[in-house]
Amino acid sequence: MNLSKLESILKGRNSQPHQLIEVLQDVQESYGYIPEEAMREISKTLGVPLIEVYRVASFYKAFKLKPTGKYVITICNGTACHVRGAQLLLDQAMGQLGIKPGDVTDDGMFSIEHVNCLGACALGPIASGNGSFLHHMTPAKLRKFIETIRHEETEEVNNAKASHERRPGGHRETASPR
Amino acid sequence: MPKLATKEDLEVIGKQLLLDRKKINKTIIVCGGTGCKASHSQDVIEAINQELTTQEMDSSVHLRMTGCHGFCEQGPIAVIEPGNIFYCHITPEDAHDIVTRTLQNGEVIERLLYTDPVSGRKIRTESEIPFYLAQDRQLLSHNREVNPCSIEDYIAVGGYTALAKAINSLSPEEIIHEIKVSGLRGRGGGGFPTGRKWAECSEASSDEKYVICNADEGDPGAYMDRCVLEGNPHLVIEGMMIGAYAVGATKGYIYVRNEYPLAVKHARFAVQQARKLGLLGENILGSSFSFDVDVARGGGAFVCGESTALMASLEGKVGEPRPKDVHTVVDGLWHKPTTLNNVETWANVPSIILNGANWFASKGTKGSKGTKILSLTGRIKNTGLVEVAMGTPIRDVVFNIGGGATDGKAIKAVQTGGPSGGCLPVDKFDLPVDFDVLYEAGSMIGSGGMVVMDESSCMVDVAKYFLTFLQDESCGMCVPCRLGIDRMLEIITDITEGRGTLEQLDLIEELADTVTQTSLCGLGKTAANPVLSTLRYFREEYEAHINNKECPAGVCKALIEYSIDPEKCTGCGRCTLACIHGAISGEKKEPHVINPELCQKCGICRSECKHEAIQVR
Repeated sequence: MNLSKLESILKGRNSQPHQLIEVLQDVQESYGYIPEEAMREISKTLGVPLIEVYRVASFYKAFKLKPTGKYVITICNGTACHVRGAQLLLDQAMGQLGIKPGDVTDDGMFSIEHVNCLGACALGPIASGNGSFLHHMTPAKLRKFIETIRHEETEEVNNAKASHERRPGGHRETASPR
Repeated sequence: MPKLATKEDLEVIGKQLLLDRKKINKTIIVCGGTGCKASHSQDVIEAINQELTTQEMDSSVHLRMTGCHGFCEQGPIAVIEPGNIFYCHITPEDAHDIVTRTLQNGEVIERLLYTDPVSGRKIRTESEIPFYLAQDRQLLSHNREVNPCSIEDYIAVGGYTALAKAINSLSPEEIIHEIKVSGLRGRGGGGFPTGRKWAECSEASSDEKYVICNADEGDPGAYMDRCVLEGNPHLVIEGMMIGAYAVGATKGYIYVRNEYPLAVKHARFAVQQARKLGLLGENILGSSFSFDVDVARGGGAFVCGESTALMASLEGKVGEPRPKDVHTVVDGLWHKPTTLNNVETWANVPSIILNGANWFASKGTKGSKGTKILSLTGRIKNTGLVEVAMGTPIRDVVFNIGGGATDGKAIKAVQTGGPSGGCLPVDKFDLPVDFDVLYEAGSMIGSGGMVVMDESSCMVDVAKYFLTFLQDESCGMCVPCRLGIDRMLEIITDITEGRGTLEQLDLIEELADTVTQTSLCGLGKTAANPVLSTLRYFREEYEAHINNKECPAGVCKALIEYSIDPEKCTGCGRCTLACIHGAISGEKKEPHVINPELCQKCGICRSECKHEAIQVR
């Protein structure tokens, strides 16, 4: 874990227990989740018992206690999306990726989040891919969205492999012509 | 801009900014709210900007990126003034035409006009669109006048003059009196009289007091607070400042949902701008009034809509409510007197101060004054944010503004007030939007969510949906809420899965009563509403689930079977491709079949089928 980001988050917040949620928000934003090490540091710096840090971090939905996949597929489960078939999207994502909300695929590529409301209710059902909204979603659109990401990722890996093999001097990273 | 040291400074700057604004006579207003952003309005704005530069028109045309206009379904949208020309579903490719044809030559581009789904005709101006025509947009209309990131825009249209009036020529008592007479009631859901709240807080003696803006809009299916804070943050801040002056507070907090990044950004930016101009800080506009605001991000807990839980969260703690035998206006944040109002409530304050209490009270009903923003969503043609005078019948909102049902299906109910509210059937649609009337009907205005449901929604499933939500969101501190919701959900699940009995309906009513009477906070006290209201108005649906083991709407998975109508199936294979469980098979161009052993009843095949061949029984 890169501690420098955490240090800058905690800077100037020594012994300020009321800053706990704000600090956790910043950690969540920087690291994508709240690592245990970060909780220990926060506890020491803010002067909040570790158990209280954990209690707050596990109470609020904004905080994740484990890392997410590279791509987070978020399915909105607000009432407006629900009556327009949001359940279909969840079934599609779970079936296609073989995971449940909160879990990560084995290759670390995808995770699914099932959230209460994204606040774009008029355009439902809403899904989002890494934060950018996809409106009026259907299972077919979601399937293609996930397939496209997978395809691009595979291409990227293949390209990386190909350029790696083309490189003079074999497989040594340091032997890059640049 | 220099610091504004006096009331006169503000007047001079305001006049100057308005003059500057009038120099440019053509304006294109493009919505940059979250809804339109989801439809890629940012690309449209950039394309128009680029085109204006290329055509060397950037000094003669003003491009204004604004907050939400409300008609999110049609996004990205733009309005061109003068002329009030309304374009919808704009793409970046349209930028060239808009700039050269409309802005340069005054020509109206037919293909970008809005088509009324009811009459089928193209409509040229924004004001003629039925969606807007039937509204009374007192708050939302400000959104199109200002770029939310520009305090200059806000001042140009008269921003902060209500504050100047309040702190220079009105005493705190006079302001509280004015708010009381206006009849303003809390827009967050409770509907508590705002003036009374302020009076109690002002009477409490303390060295320090706080005001809080609750922008932690937790109701699923509602987004009016996001739209107001995101689109016009200075209006909210100005309202808070007037409130702070009235109750004697020196510090304010805007507690905003972290899921609304744009609202967080705009609120923070607005606070910085106001500080820079001296509108927040010490001795505001030369008066003895000092006040500052901080923006705090919420952690995403529905229970934080409860004032005491929200205050606990602001203190950096778990959002658990506490008994309110001593009110938060006396013992609130950090145990100091605190006035907490919702975004929309604060946003109403400046115009009451400017136009007077009687102006505000002239709209609405006996007990509910002014206008209310509703988030009109669900299974209707026109969805978006709607602002109507209190007292407007639900029927007008759903049919005149919302345009009625989609896909020719019959509308069955409207769910108002979020998880604390209830479902009202069509025969109650003549009821007005009014705090007390809707409460008596077993629902509530709540924060203004209005989700329309048609015959494809199962009301037992809706009750289950809300109970699942509330079970997840209950903080778990008090027993009636924690266990009561659990047990109610258990019973409803039994019913949706075909194990229900008629005796359970009596049991759930009894249980609902206990949870309502004995829970500590608003979450638990209202948790039974979705169940009770659906039981009250849609009992026959519960009975169909129990007696006939059938779900009339075809939603509850345990009670339905999917099959393919061989007459309608063309064997196109779309469903086979779509089925994630491999449950559908068949030869090409031959009718397909569903294997009931493998079918998970998700319904994805049905949403894919172009021939309506997938049946539910």
